Amino acid sequence: MTKIEQLVNDLTGKYGKERKSLMPILQGIVKEKRYVDNTDMVHIARALDISAADVYGVASFYSFIENNEMGKYVIRICKSITCEMKGKHKILKALEEELRIKLGETTHNKRFTLLETNCLGLCDVGPAMLINEEPYTKLTPEKVHEILVDYRNEVK
Amino acid sequence: MANNNKLKRADIIFSTYSVDPYDVLDMAMKKGKTDVINELIESGLRGRGGAGFPTGLKWKFMAQENNEEKYIICNADEGEPGTFKDRKLLVDVPRKVISGMAIAGWATNSKKGIIYLRAEYNNLIPALEKEIEVFNKYASKFDLDFSVNIYSGAGAYVCGEETALIESMEGKRGEPRNKPPFPIQSGYLGKPTLVNNVETFAAASMVCRYGAKKYESYGTSDQHGSKLFSLSGDSPKEGVHELELGMKISDFVEEYGDGDTKAVQIGGVAGFCIPRKEFDQTIIGEGNTTGGATMIFNSTRSMYNVIHNYLDFFAEESCGQCTPCRVGTQQLLKGVEAVKAGNKPESYLDDLVKLSKTMKLTSKCGLGQSVTNSFSSIVKNFREEMIY
Repeated sequence: MTKIEQLVNDLTGKYGKERKSLMPILQGIVKEKRYVDNTDMVHIARALDISAADVYGVASFYSFIENNEMGKYVIRICKSITCEMKGKHKILKALEEELRIKLGETTHNKRFTLLETNCLGLCDVGPAMLINEEPYTKLTPEKVHEILVDYRNEVK
Repeated sequence: MANNNKLKRADIIFSTYSVDPYDVLDMAMKKGKTDVINELIESGLRGRGGAGFPTGLKWKFMAQENNEEKYIICNADEGEPGTFKDRKLLVDVPRKVISGMAIAGWATNSKKGIIYLRAEYNNLIPALEKEIEVFNKYASKFDLDFSVNIYSGAGAYVCGEETALIESMEGKRGEPRNKPPFPIQSGYLGKPTLVNNVETFAAASMVCRYGAKKYESYGTSDQHGSKLFSLSGDSPKEGVHELELGMKISDFVEEYGDGDTKAVQIGGVAGFCIPRKEFDQTIIGEGNTTGGATMIFNSTRSMYNVIHNYLDFFAEESCGQCTPCRVGTQQLLKGVEAVKAGNKPESYLDDLVKLSKTMKLTSKCGLGQSVTNSFSSIVKNFREEMIY
């Protein structure tokens, strides 16, 4: 049994094999490896006895279920109106310079992926971003630097 | 009653647990189901998610459904840009929310409660699970058969629409269903399902705590109780404010603006953008309600950038199921860009407004229907900024 087959097996054991188990299974894989690729979807489809196209249709609908390879830490910076007003562009620039990647890319060592996202519900404390599930608020370029140092040193 | 001149702060929902919300549940259970639902109808409470359907009536219809398996869903898929009140409720007073859900479950004979939490709020899960454990202890003490579980969303604005939310819970793409049937008749897994916003459940618990009479005395003749406003933008007082309904925008701006307010966006990006010259209207007109998102823009802001940001959001979040919304959101975005770049004449803006009105008439759900609110109001009031 491959690693992903094992994981799908564990997840169906936990959530069941009905159609309504699909989202928790997809989310379980995202939690484990940060993205769900096409091979993973074939395994899920087989386990739930639905078509792989159905799995892809659902997975591709949701922005927190990524199809492409992601880094260990997925950074999602909020691009909605109030974060933009409060200097999201400066934060994005700081992240790009710090990580030496452009928006949408992953660092060579597969540690960080940089994405944009819609409103995080942190409008009163923007600019804001998520790193995996952890929110960071009132960002400044200096603060971004400090946060990334912590992640690089695996303090977090 | 209505006071249209001054802001009136309310302190109901965020007040500390002077009476444990689970004792409020106990109080409600001693009253009788019909009494509790009637009290809710009498209080005039309307759904706090944005659509504003009378909550008591919804509960009454749910109670009338004869089915062993019924679901109470707390809609915590708060995706409207500018809205963050539900996050604050779930962080500060989760017990009021869960007690509201339990009262709904008890009053309508439903045994299963689910909190649909947006993926962006996943970091709140551990604290919520602890609160659910506390609830479970009370439930067994009161001999109440009601469970609460958390279901995590996966990043889709449209899932705030109740039928899209249900589709998503069933493991499908979050595409809104045709109504009728309404979720009350056929919702999650085809069973009767009551979907209410986070704030609605907390407010329902407060109605049970204080009684309809007292609750009704807050606000205007049409809008009862307190309302949470998520305030952000060019304001020194950003955050969640609990206010009585019925205040004028000018009072709101005077209190919360930075002295240079040019426009206020009310109801999130799906709401209206009110320019300075119209500040003398009440913040929520008679007969309608909003999710309470208010964003303040000062005179340094380009309203072209604002509408461009909104349209980019709508184009991305349209689920793509119905043509008016899928194509319309993209064309509006391209259209304003073309006018700004000088590739289309000024009059093209009028065609775009017409298109947005067509979207209102023909889109399947609130997403496509509401684009025209902000679009028309910004194009009408800040036309020169769209062009030059």
